[in-house]
Amino acid sequence: MVALSINQRGALLSALILIVGLLFWEAAIPEQQLASEMTEYERLMGGGAPRAAIPPPSDILAKAWEELSNPFYDAGPNDKGIGIQIGYSIYRVLSGYFLAALVAIPLGFLIGMSPVAYRALNPFIQVLRPISPLAWMPLALFVIRDSEASAIFVIFICSIWPMLLNTAFGVAAVRQDWVNVARTHELGPFRTAFQVILPAAAPTIVTGMRISIGIAWLVIVAAEMLVGGTGIGYYVWNEWNNLDLTSVIFSILMIGVVGMLLDTAFGALQRLVAYAE
Amino acid sequence: MTKPFLSVERLTQTYPDGSGGTTTVFENASFGIERGEFVCILGHSGCGKSTIMNILAGLASPTSGAVTMDGAEVSGPSLDRGVVFQNYSLLPWLSALKNVSFGVAARHRDWSKAQVEEHSRKFLAMVGLEGDTVLRKPSQLSGGMRQRVSIARAFANQPKLLLLDEPFGALDALTRGTIQEELLKVWSKTEQTVFMITHDIDEAILLADRILLMTNGPYARVAESVQITIPRPRNRTEIVEHPNYYAIRNHLVQFLGQRSKALSGQPSGGATQSPETVVIDKTKPAEDPEPEALLRAVND
Ligand SMILES: Nc1ncnc2c1ncn2[C@@H]1O[C@H](COP(=O)(O)OP(=O)(O)OP(=O)(O)O)[C@@H](O)[C@H]1O
Ligand SMILES: [Mg+2]
Repeated sequence: MVALSINQRGALLSALILIVGLLFWEAAIPEQQLASEMTEYERLMGGGAPRAAIPPPSDILAKAWEELSNPFYDAGPNDKGIGIQIGYSIYRVLSGYFLAALVAIPLGFLIGMSPVAYRALNPFIQVLRPISPLAWMPLALFVIRDSEASAIFVIFICSIWPMLLNTAFGVAAVRQDWVNVARTHELGPFRTAFQVILPAAAPTIVTGMRISIGIAWLVIVAAEMLVGGTGIGYYVWNEWNNLDLTSVIFSILMIGVVGMLLDTAFGALQRLVAYAE
Repeated sequence: MTKPFLSVERLTQTYPDGSGGTTTVFENASFGIERGEFVCILGHSGCGKSTIMNILAGLASPTSGAVTMDGAEVSGPSLDRGVVFQNYSLLPWLSALKNVSFGVAARHRDWSKAQVEEHSRKFLAMVGLEGDTVLRKPSQLSGGMRQRVSIARAFANQPKLLLLDEPFGALDALTRGTIQEELLKVWSKTEQTVFMITHDIDEAILLADRILLMTNGPYARVAESVQITIPRPRNRTEIVEHPNYYAIRNHLVQFLGQRSKALSGQPSGGATQSPETVVIDKTKPAEDPEPEALLRAVND
């Protein structure tokens, strides 16, 4: 027998689990349909249409094929390709996220370097951080008066905290020896910040950024369900309203895939800035 | 009397002792170092050697007293005083070469990249690091190689004063030996003034022109300044055959074993604490009736 590496064995097992899982799912569906007695609710919703049941994976694959072969079509406000919807969501996530990074990283530096700034700002951070990002939505809608900008604001507010705290923590934990190296080489404050503190704290900062992007992607779906119009969150909700469960499941999977890709990108960035002591 | 190149005058360091009072690490310590001299300081753990070094480096300021170098008061860290820290303090995200050139670029802001790199490689080569090795990160180097990089970084900046805090503390005896010899080679080429902390008596005798002996704290003081009357160039195997070697070594062992404790804990009472100069030379006919040919003269 050929010896397989751990990676290969893992991949093989993953594929096996996937196939077995899909087979069970596929096999379970017809019985469910047979057993499905029409409920009051189903009758009210348009009566026992096969659509209303959980679709089998083959349907979802077909749906995926259909959607992904033409992801960018645009047939009016309620019928856009999955690519366009995801594009809107990513655009919102990234705008809010980069605005947050623009604030969080310099502010984190300040808090990390100055104990006074830390003590002054810590109470605000402690109160604001536990607030669910969606709780800001009504206030944002009222103040900003624009659903698009409000969604971006919600992303901003939810992704700022992990970046801020990790930056502050990373900067504060930079080894005094390295700072002393900068001092004995007469590096000014800016050079010290960019040549010593930033690279030293980068792994911690990027970890914060990775956590933030994960949270932002979780929150955007919920935010778009609320503000509506466009985006993957709105798409899920819209398909639910259409009782198109195939599309709902397909889009749930897409949310997972995009989330994974975002995380992978930041994982790569993390490896780039990592260093071994 | 003219001031020495580096002059430490009535240096006092106290720290809060944690129960409201203060402890005095050392008080009114005074000593000098001449240009081009290699001076080692020996003393028990906790007597205040690193504290003195941080003050000389400008990384810390003393409770009172002053340090002047080359006529100017030391008031903060400077490129004129290079430091080799005990734990190497290399920046782990930079390659060995970058760790050196980072310092060179800081010193010579007007140099081109190529100039900086050439200069850095030259000093890395002096400590035996050449070729692809210099492109590795510190984590991919052995402890001895890391220490070489940090010595190269300090020498490459050609500071007026080089401060070394137990640079070989973490190395095994064999590596220690080779790097000590490399340090001597680089030092003899550059004629740098060096102030070095060590725990190793043999290392101090091998390297130093003069050894400062510190008593135990609190109220530690630099009690003696022992001349190493063994001609250079020295090397580890031949030095032990010199007639002065064991005489000096015994004197140092005796000091660290007994007198460092006996002399400790005495407040200076305001007096300036200058070290006594000790010259031990068995090669000269003894002018002194003392059997060990121990010659003592009070400084100044
Ligand atoms: N920040 C500080 N606060 C209070 N006490 C301190 C502080 N720094 C050093 N000390 C005390 O000062 C004394 C001298 O410390 P120092 O680090 O200079 O010793 P050392 O001679 O370098 O010892 P070693 O050989 O172990 O490195 C010690 O007793 C230490 O407890
Ligand atoms: Mg020390």
